[in-house]
Amino acid sequence: MLSVPLIYGLAGILLFTFALRVALSRVAFLRRVLAINVAGAGIFLVFIATAYKGAEQAADPVPHALVLTGIVVAFSATALAIALARRLNRSADND
Amino acid sequence: METLIWNLFDVLLLTALLALGWSALSTSNLRKGIALFIAFGLVLSLIWARLKAPDIALAEAAIGTGLTGALLLAALRDEESAPAETSVQEPGNRFYAYLLMLVTIILTLILGWGLIDALMNRQHPGLAYDVFAQLDQSGVSNPVTAVLLNFRAYDTFLELAVLLAAVLGIRSLNITRQPYLKAGPVLSGLTVWLVPVLILMSAYLLWVGAHAPGGAFQAGAVLAAAGVLLRLSGYPAAGLPARLLIRRAFMIIGVLVFAMIGLGLMVLGRGFLDYPVAWSGSLILLIETAATLSIATILIMAFLAGESGEPEHQEKPSC
Repeated sequence: MLSVPLIYGLAGILLFTFALRVALSRVAFLRRVLAINVAGAGIFLVFIATAYKGAEQAADPVPHALVLTGIVVAFSATALAIALARRLNRSADND
Repeated sequence: METLIWNLFDVLLLTALLALGWSALSTSNLRKGIALFIAFGLVLSLIWARLKAPDIALAEAAIGTGLTGALLLAALRDEESAPAETSVQEPGNRFYAYLLMLVTIILTLILGWGLIDALMNRQHPGLAYDVFAQLDQSGVSNPVTAVLLNFRAYDTFLELAVLLAAVLGIRSLNITRQPYLKAGPVLSGLTVWLVPVLILMSAYLLWVGAHAPGGAFQAGAVLAAAGVLLRLSGYPAAGLPARLLIRRAFMIIGVLVFAMIGLGLMVLGRGFLDYPVAWSGSLILLIETAATLSIATILIMAFLAGESGEPEHQEKPSC
């Protein structure tokens, strides 16, 4: 029988490192942003997998609150990154 | 037998997640990649539900998938219309690629070993016991809301400040963007039906967050989705108030109410955000209502990002 926190946690780590590699090896800006978002999802998955305490018990709500906060912050960081890239593109056009 | 079915379900979910994540980042077509990322987010929502995290499942479906997907597609559209930056060459340095691959594999092994060691040998009960022991005192019965708005309210307060800082950063960049195409009759007609439902759903999520999955973040995200939908169907203000002053008030009201309640409690001789037990339910609802308005406004403005959201630009052809 498989341990639920273990398999979901390992999948989260795989997602994180794979997406990190893509983010570091690509040049296209939007693809990097996409990769960082996938890497973030991997980290969230590790958190929630370790918060899972089995089918009978309730899960630990503290990591849940952290991830909820993280999802919203990740969105605003993505929006800021895209806005900065647009501004950079415009500066490059004016040169 | 039941465990076997659950295990099959787990393997199926994880295979779908990893396959979607891998193909979203590997495809050469970025538009396809974003579409796969949206599907990835939906599978991830199912996984949150499977891991007993329904609050996160709701937030992931609304923000992580819906709003981020819309944001990335809008960014792709802007990038395609600026042809100068589209022909970026990937670096051909093989040494760098191999080194990166090696570092990634080592990092994966270290992290994997750390996780296995932590789960097998260092099993810690976490903070679940403390949260459930104090839940009666928190004023709400949803443990995640109790953590977010009572036990760790300080973190949530600062998070609203981070959101505000991000949107102020976006606005200070003074970007100009292409107007959207005019929406077709199907989208416009659907918007008329969907927006009232989304507003109602947002109010429901806000209210139900006290004792069931939901709360200010999910409610704010659903309200923001209504705004994005309005923007894409040809309403330049995206449902935000036309007067700039009111719009700014909506942006800061979450942080403001949070800070006022925290400081008010200090004046009364308690700690910052240390609610009296008898009032905690009402205070949490008050903070959450203000936070929902702020979060929705900030998320919509982050999506608009300087594009025709300002009422004074409305005379430009924007649809």
